[in-house]
Amino acid sequence: MESGSLAWKLVAAAMVLFMTPGLAFFYGGMVRTRNVLNMLMMNFYCLLVVPVVWVVVGYSLATNPFGNRVIGGFGSTMLHDIVAAGDGATLANMVFLAMFAAITPALISGAVADRMKFSAWTVFVPLWSLLVYVPVWKWVYGGWLGRRGSLDFAGGTAIHVNAGIAALAAVLVLGHRREKPHLPHSMPLVMLGTGILWFGWFGFNAGSAAGADGQAAQAFVNTFLAAAAAGLSWVLVEWRRDGHPTNLGAASGIVAGLVAITPAAGYVAGSAPLIIGAAAGAVCCFAVRLKSRFGYDDALDVVGVHMVGGLVGSLLIGLFARPGFFGALGTFRAGLFHGGGLGLLGEQLLANGSAMVWSFAVTVGIMVVLKRTMGVRVDPETESMGLDLALHKETAYHNGALT
Amino acid sequence: MKLITAIIKPFKLDDVRAALKAAGVEAMTVSEARGFGRQGGHTETYRGTEYQVDFVPKLKLEVLSSDDEVHTVVDAIVEASATGKIGDGKIWVTTVEEVIRIRTRETGDAAI
Repeated sequence: MESGSLAWKLVAAAMVLFMTPGLAFFYGGMVRTRNVLNMLMMNFYCLLVVPVVWVVVGYSLATNPFGNRVIGGFGSTMLHDIVAAGDGATLANMVFLAMFAAITPALISGAVADRMKFSAWTVFVPLWSLLVYVPVWKWVYGGWLGRRGSLDFAGGTAIHVNAGIAALAAVLVLGHRREKPHLPHSMPLVMLGTGILWFGWFGFNAGSAAGADGQAAQAFVNTFLAAAAAGLSWVLVEWRRDGHPTNLGAASGIVAGLVAITPAAGYVAGSAPLIIGAAAGAVCCFAVRLKSRFGYDDALDVVGVHMVGGLVGSLLIGLFARPGFFGALGTFRAGLFHGGGLGLLGEQLLANGSAMVWSFAVTVGIMVVLKRTMGVRVDPETESMGLDLALHKETAYHNGALT
Repeated sequence: MKLITAIIKPFKLDDVRAALKAAGVEAMTVSEARGFGRQGGHTETYRGTEYQVDFVPKLKLEVLSSDDEVHTVVDAIVEASATGKIGDGKIWVTTVEEVIRIRTRETGDAAI
């Protein structure tokens, strides 16, 4: 890897790291005052435990050896076969991928907000990383799904659809919050978190190119445009439907657009990011209402935004993938609109369907085992008085004159 | 006319509001308050050091009532806010000389 690409990969990795605190504040602003520290801690915990899991065995099982189509091996455990000789490209890629591994379970925290035992979360995250994230990642990148020709540039299937369906599985085992839905305690924090996410997402998507090349630049542009178009379409839909343009609508639309362009970022060009973004914003604006229709308590809409947004982007690749635009970098299959027929769409359906079946089933399994052993719910009194003081012995805001 | 003032646990507000509504109360005022009673305070921990928080967050409810409805209102608050544990709060009732609704200038029971 030449030095420019290496430098970009390292900077992109730091940008992806910043997304987890961004997500923490995006979610943290949406929960009530008495639970905000628990939400932040669930997210920051992913930055504590996942890097350890990743280095000890996760990276190895996800990437080594690539010859196996279902799961990697133990050849890179504790990074023992990785050396800094040469340009350090393998090291840079390993740490870049570690940031993705960390934020993926953090996405699920938004669904289980306000009621999950923190002790259960501390066990859930490493188990889920190893049993769900690592195999699905392997299938999509170099495993059986990837080899069939399905496309996922930066983790639409492997990260967003995967975490979104897992969030649904988790809340089905966890159950409803006891009290009526809560209002966001700080919309300014939500907007700040959204901005941090958008910034970090340039590293997430453009950093997923092979180097600092034209595909990276196109992924960067696509990330920018899709988020804007999605925020716009969400706000327009809700303005017409509910009568008001809202901050939370704009924030949710931006995130939905970022999710949707993630799988497509390095494969589409021209007006495609605007169409993908606009579609994701409008579809997700309706999808977040599914929880009241079907009766699952996905507190902060992880299913409606990440699973649905990821599916929108991933399936639209089947239409918009445009290898011709990328010259020598365009070594992927073409979508329906660019002469590729319906084959790619079929592969995208198969890849997402397979990932969802595995993720849902194994997540239910993990949650049921935790429920039967250590329990997954806080007791009713803790849930009422707030998780911050009961579980963490801290209070978020000491800004009154009396404290 | 009476002013019923109640100090309750913050997370009981929804239950109390529903109970008062069911008892026919149409208006109330809520303030965030801090204080201590027999419960004392609680502790919080920062970097391993335990800090005593003497004044714990409570809510102060103020409800106006006519003389003959005061027991209904008090019973509704007690019923809805009791957990049986220390720190459930307190209610006191005071006599009110006059009540005026600003918009209509009604006075007395009609203004409650």
